Amino acid sequence: MDIIYFIVQQTMFFAIPLLIVALGGMFSERSGVINIALEGIMVMGGFFGIGFMHIFESRMSGQLLLLLALLVSGVTGAIFSLLHAFASINLKADQTISGTALNMFAPAFVVFIARMIQGVQQIQFKDTFRINKVPVLGDIPVLGPLLFQNCYITTYIGLGIAILSGIVISKTRFGLRLRACGEHPQAADSVGINVYKIRYAGVMISGALAGIGGLVFIVPTSTNFNASVAGYGFLALAVLIFGQWRTNKIIAAAFFFGIMKTFASAYSVVPVLRDLPISNEIYKMIPYIATLVILAFSSKNSQAPRAEGIPYDKGSR
Amino acid sequence: MKKQKFELSKGGKDFIASIAAIAAGLLFGLVILLFSNARQAFPAFGMILKGGFTDGLSGIAQVLYVATPIILTGLSVGFAFKTGLFNIGAPGQFTCGAFAAVYIGVKWTFLPAGAHWIVALLGALIAGAIWGMVPGILKAIANVNEVITSIMMNYIGMYLVNILIVKFVYDPVRNQSVPVAKTANIPKAGLDKLFNYSNINISIFIAILAVIVIYIVLNKTIFGYELKACGLSPEASRYAGINAKRNIILSMTIAGALSGLGGGLLYLAGSGKYLQVVDVLAPQGFNGISVALLGISNPIGILFAGLFIGHITVGGNNIQLYNFVPEVVDIIISTIIYFGAFALLIKSLLDRFRRRPSESGAVKEEK
Repeated sequence: MDIIYFIVQQTMFFAIPLLIVALGGMFSERSGVINIALEGIMVMGGFFGIGFMHIFESRMSGQLLLLLALLVSGVTGAIFSLLHAFASINLKADQTISGTALNMFAPAFVVFIARMIQGVQQIQFKDTFRINKVPVLGDIPVLGPLLFQNCYITTYIGLGIAILSGIVISKTRFGLRLRACGEHPQAADSVGINVYKIRYAGVMISGALAGIGGLVFIVPTSTNFNASVAGYGFLALAVLIFGQWRTNKIIAAAFFFGIMKTFASAYSVVPVLRDLPISNEIYKMIPYIATLVILAFSSKNSQAPRAEGIPYDKGSR
Repeated sequence: MKKQKFELSKGGKDFIASIAAIAAGLLFGLVILLFSNARQAFPAFGMILKGGFTDGLSGIAQVLYVATPIILTGLSVGFAFKTGLFNIGAPGQFTCGAFAAVYIGVKWTFLPAGAHWIVALLGALIAGAIWGMVPGILKAIANVNEVITSIMMNYIGMYLVNILIVKFVYDPVRNQSVPVAKTANIPKAGLDKLFNYSNINISIFIAILAVIVIYIVLNKTIFGYELKACGLSPEASRYAGINAKRNIILSMTIAGALSGLGGGLLYLAGSGKYLQVVDVLAPQGFNGISVALLGISNPIGILFAGLFIGHITVGGNNIQLYNFVPEVVDIIISTIIYFGAFALLIKSLLDRFRRRPSESGAVKEEK
């Protein structure tokens, strides 16, 4: 039983950041802008969030510091994603190229800043955020150890974001407009929706969530930030596609990928996995192979937003 | 007559857009240097610009060594661009090619000395081709976006190669591949003595040969014409009876082969570089994207773009002398790419500038 608790707790650490970032990607792509810059935005968000912790950890600690750092990461991500929004919405540039530029820029920039300021590129932080046991809830049998022990507040924030995203995208006026811009921007424009503004909002939400996701990934899995989020941005992109751009499927996909990542990393601790003749690299590969297979078989009735990747030109309406 | 004029002005505009992007990127790099250490900024910036020329002949050889693999990945990305495909899968193809080369280099010692390295390079070519073919097939048959499948293939390739290294050519002490047999190293043909730099070998000539071959294929053959037609307008080319599906698969396969060859050239250079068992995508693959964008997907342009990026990379390594971090060059390159995305803006500005004196129809035709 302890093993199962352990696996579930670990899965949260891997699945929640994927979930947050993939949902961010959903906002951007369903407004019609491909965002492969998620990786770079995560690096930026992680850097400024951890940097904030590093500076302020002598003055405060615990959940307040974490929440403020999350805020810093989110704002950083939103600002950084403006570069992508500007290039792909105003200048009608190729969205994959602009995203690639951002992905290359972010790690180089953070290594440069970190080494210029403190000499080494790793930024240390003290992990004062782990919750051993949530009061009351942690004592519930089975459910307590599964969800409310040895956890981080980010888990609940992530789940909250997931529920909120689902409501915003499918139940609100803004969500309807966002989807309209991703499916048929000309039609949206003809009924008075400002396509540019909605797309800016989509990209900035994706930036904010990706920035937050960067920090959420680093905090439980490491004690320093080394200018990288280990390909999680691209993995989140896979989650987004595997989840066919729909909130509930994205949640399922994120947890599937999270379990695979857990198998890969907790491989040596879990006896059942250790005895199987499968190396941990295989578990790392499975999410990507699964996404390829899904893509190959679902392309005929793909749920991808129709106007995705096509710059909107008001003049050619 | 009119058509020729339009072609010329388009190339010219592309060139100006590239130069403008480079200037903007360099300027941004200078600003970053000024912010971090104003006193040393200008000498360091000068050193980046001087690049390989700082160390005379051996510096130039260093530039060639750095440029060779990224010229090939650049060709790979650029070739796919010509067919309207974005080959972001260069890192995976590069890694697979590198592994095939190393595997043959280590294991197939029964091959005669002259043939060993050639077979190893061919192996790299084929491995890369297979890795590029998969997104091509998926695109052609199931119409799946090649960007996404290429990204997936990058990671699958990286983990697969990690497994294969450990299984076949592992040096557990250093967590990397074992050295290849001497006969598998690409011949140096005296270049190392000429340039006084031990890492140089004839691979730069292989890269140039690849540039020439791709140039001929794209510009002088029916196949190349068809590929470009597919890139410019898939519908029109299908209407003209071109087999678009076949061309997509072939284009991605050739692109993959070029990246794979690049991987082979780097890891058979005998420069003390071994395949590491790490979860990091090959940076040479991503640099290929920069090279292709900077070279406007033109093979000759790519050759010079590769040399340019090699040049400032060496310059970036040199500025550690002034206590600067070499990553500043990556910042410059990514800024160049970002401003390269503005090419459309620059071109339309040029158009406006040219249209004013004469409202010619040639400009409108372009849209």
